[in-house]
Amino acid sequence: MSIDTQQNAYHSPVLEFKSSTFSVPVLVLASNDVIIIEQQLQEKIHLAPEFFKNSPLVFDLQDLNKNDLDIDITEFTQTIRALGLLPIGIRGGTAQQNQQALELGIPVHSGHSVSASSATQKQSTPPEPEPQVVAAISTLITHPVRSGQRIYALGDLVILAQVSAGAEILAEGNIHVYGSLRGRALAGVQGNTKARIFCSDLQAELISIAGNYKISEDLNGAVPNQPVQIYLQDHTLVIKDI
Amino acid sequence: MARIIVVTSGKGGVGKTTTSAAIAMGLAKKGHKTAVIDFDVGLRNLDLIMGCERRVVYDFVNVINGEASLNQALIRDKNCNLLYILPASQTRDKDALSQEGVGKILDELKKDFKYIVCDSPAGIEKGAHLAMYFADDAFIVTNPEVSSVRDSDRMLGILSSKSRRAEQNEEPIKEFLLLSRYSPDRVKLGEMLSVDDVQEILSLHLLGVIPESKSVLTASNSGIPVILDEKSDAGQAYADIVARYLGEDRPHRFIDEKKGLFGKLFGSK
Repeated sequence: MSIDTQQNAYHSPVLEFKSSTFSVPVLVLASNDVIIIEQQLQEKIHLAPEFFKNSPLVFDLQDLNKNDLDIDITEFTQTIRALGLLPIGIRGGTAQQNQQALELGIPVHSGHSVSASSATQKQSTPPEPEPQVVAAISTLITHPVRSGQRIYALGDLVILAQVSAGAEILAEGNIHVYGSLRGRALAGVQGNTKARIFCSDLQAELISIAGNYKISEDLNGAVPNQPVQIYLQDHTLVIKDI
Repeated sequence: MARIIVVTSGKGGVGKTTTSAAIAMGLAKKGHKTAVIDFDVGLRNLDLIMGCERRVVYDFVNVINGEASLNQALIRDKNCNLLYILPASQTRDKDALSQEGVGKILDELKKDFKYIVCDSPAGIEKGAHLAMYFADDAFIVTNPEVSSVRDSDRMLGILSSKSRRAEQNEEPIKEFLLLSRYSPDRVKLGEMLSVDDVQEILSLHLLGVIPESKSVLTASNSGIPVILDEKSDAGQAYADIVARYLGEDRPHRFIDEKKGLFGKLFGSK
């Protein structure tokens, strides 16, 4: 046995911890009536069954607890699991609710704490990385982005003027340029492969989405003076007319 | 209220000093008390173009260091008594300029002058930075070729992010495009960018086009700003530019080639 572990120590590592950010739907409850919740949830799921099928879910009890409405976590969890949703977290619960959730194998997220009375709940927070829903912040630029300038946007970036050659615009979300795009445009720089670039005149030095890029030479096929969108399909950038 | 104009380009040799001399003279000739400052410390040229190189006693750096008063260093132009020149130091380098020093001198000049024209050195380093930092208006001198246009674009970016107005969130510097050394014939042959090409890249208000002209070299060598040569096309172009800057509405000239009868008939452009 001890020999085995020694040998393993020389093998290449079989695991690695990485940190990632995910978008997860958060269900904010405003009532503690599980029957009504089930009814309304069912209606929502009916509208987009594919989207909700086996979807992970964090439920938020902050509003409930603000109004002193208690909810039976065990019953509620059974209900949403029966609807095909997979609860992966509780947020804004009281110490007792958090304890109940943990017993059901649902981690507690400290997104925002509830009242001061439940100060103990923080200790029960598991140390694993917490899925967060990133709020969409968009940045609006109305003046031309000149050569040598660099703009970084945390969410979407909307530019109402031209982007000159030698300028660089980066966004964690989408990029819109309502002018000539002659500089470098990098969307989804934190790895969002769903990000897109929209521009009314593509003459860019470089375009990139989530690290997949094309340089000016590869853009020969693209027609300038024509609105296009650029998105990622099977790790390849696709340039399409709008 | 006094206005500080910076004449800048990023690239060297495009005609900044020629332009500074011409527009400073033009503004003074229109009756406005004007000072023109050479920011090119170590490569002093403005005094030559203005023809006052033999009257330089004190310079810009002397005034900053408190070795001379502003009045001692200012040289009155011999062609126009409303125009004064503050020459650069030839024996120092750009590090001799400080932001506080430049700011103090400009504040002092603003009390007495209507326009203060700052002739920027080439590049984007300290001298060019200080020349544009306090400006209210910027004249971007660009030649119709790609590297000059790109450098101008870079300079426009610096104007909109690193100037005093930008740092203090005031109304941004007003930017004007001066396209110099323009030759309609060469544009037609495809050897030079056209006004439209440059405008498309820079999207900037065009104050005027200065044609490539022998009179510029002649004027420089004789130390008389080219705007005083009223017969020359370059002189007329600068006169138009000054008039437009002061609010007059004048049509643009020197953009199209001089058309022969044949060209006129067929309306070639």
